[in-house]
Amino acid sequence: MQISQNWIDIAYLVASVLFVLGIKGLTKPKTAVRGNLLAAAGMGIAAVITLLHHSIVSYEVIIAGLLIGGAIGAVLAIKVQMTSMPQLIALLNGFGGGASVALAAAEYFQGASGTIALGATGLAVLIGTVTLTGSLVAFAKLQELLDGGSIGFPGMKFVNLLLLLGSLAAIVYLVINPGNDMVFWGLVIAAALLGLLLVLPIGGADMPVVIALLNSYSGIAASAAGFVMGNSALIITGSLVGASGLILTQIMCKAMNRSLTNVLFGVMAEGG
Amino acid sequence: MDFVSQLTLFVLAIFLGVELITKVPPTLHTPLMSGTNAISGITLVGALLAAGHGAGLLINVLGFIAVVLATINVIGGFMVTNRMLAMFKRK
Repeated sequence: MQISQNWIDIAYLVASVLFVLGIKGLTKPKTAVRGNLLAAAGMGIAAVITLLHHSIVSYEVIIAGLLIGGAIGAVLAIKVQMTSMPQLIALLNGFGGGASVALAAAEYFQGASGTIALGATGLAVLIGTVTLTGSLVAFAKLQELLDGGSIGFPGMKFVNLLLLLGSLAAIVYLVINPGNDMVFWGLVIAAALLGLLLVLPIGGADMPVVIALLNSYSGIAASAAGFVMGNSALIITGSLVGASGLILTQIMCKAMNRSLTNVLFGVMAEGG
Repeated sequence: MDFVSQLTLFVLAIFLGVELITKVPPTLHTPLMSGTNAISGITLVGALLAAGHGAGLLINVLGFIAVVLATINVIGGFMVTNRMLAMFKRK
């Protein structure tokens, strides 16, 4: 069955409204459970209506992906210990970032063209990859696979700055000279290193704030992917999560008596 | 959809997201983070479209990876948020 783009966009609007109501609900104890269910319903609507899009011609890959991903997600959510929640959220968030990168790469190799689509592809790859590797470091630190203290080397901030500038230069290059796959992979590698180096120096105690910030990033990555595909659901929902995630990060910093700059640049909490 | 309409949606949704979060009791910080994380799995929509094109092996592989990762994010995210909130209720 196929339906017109208008109906799909209306369903995306309904899903977006459910996400807004869901996030609003999650901020109050009384309505939190309902908020989560509303948001899940919104996601269900958005996913099902997308399957009816006319550009979808084969369902084998989709069904296999949904079954495997659904099973892994459900097992993780059921098996995890309550005390391990923060690292699970970090891991899930990393997967979200990874999904944005894979999606942006698929669009790129399918021949995305035009300044806006290519620029958005580059940004989705940059932000998504930073989210992926940064979240994996956060997970490894909380799971005690890595030392929970600050890991770093002299001149690290300078290297980070170079990686960021190099990534942005690669995006500009790809916009002007599309089709250079070496530059594309170079961008992926630089962004992956940037994600690692940004989170490695941050101590375990500050990790919840970092996960909240990376969650905000994954929203922005989804939004950038939305610009690549011209998809309103991704643009609206991604920017919604990006902005609300940033505010939540600030609130969490305040609750811990820390400033965001101190967390990000590895200044130790006084007396703690 | 033209770029200006896209940009309009983007900017308005940013403002909405900022206004949406005001006071959050500390016990809800983690569930809210987990819930919005699940919502950011909206990438699933794009992943489904990319995986369904049937446009060659590399695209299919990337689309498959995107669908798997986004589905883990969505299903795991909403289920674990629900579990956390259920725990608060019992207290």
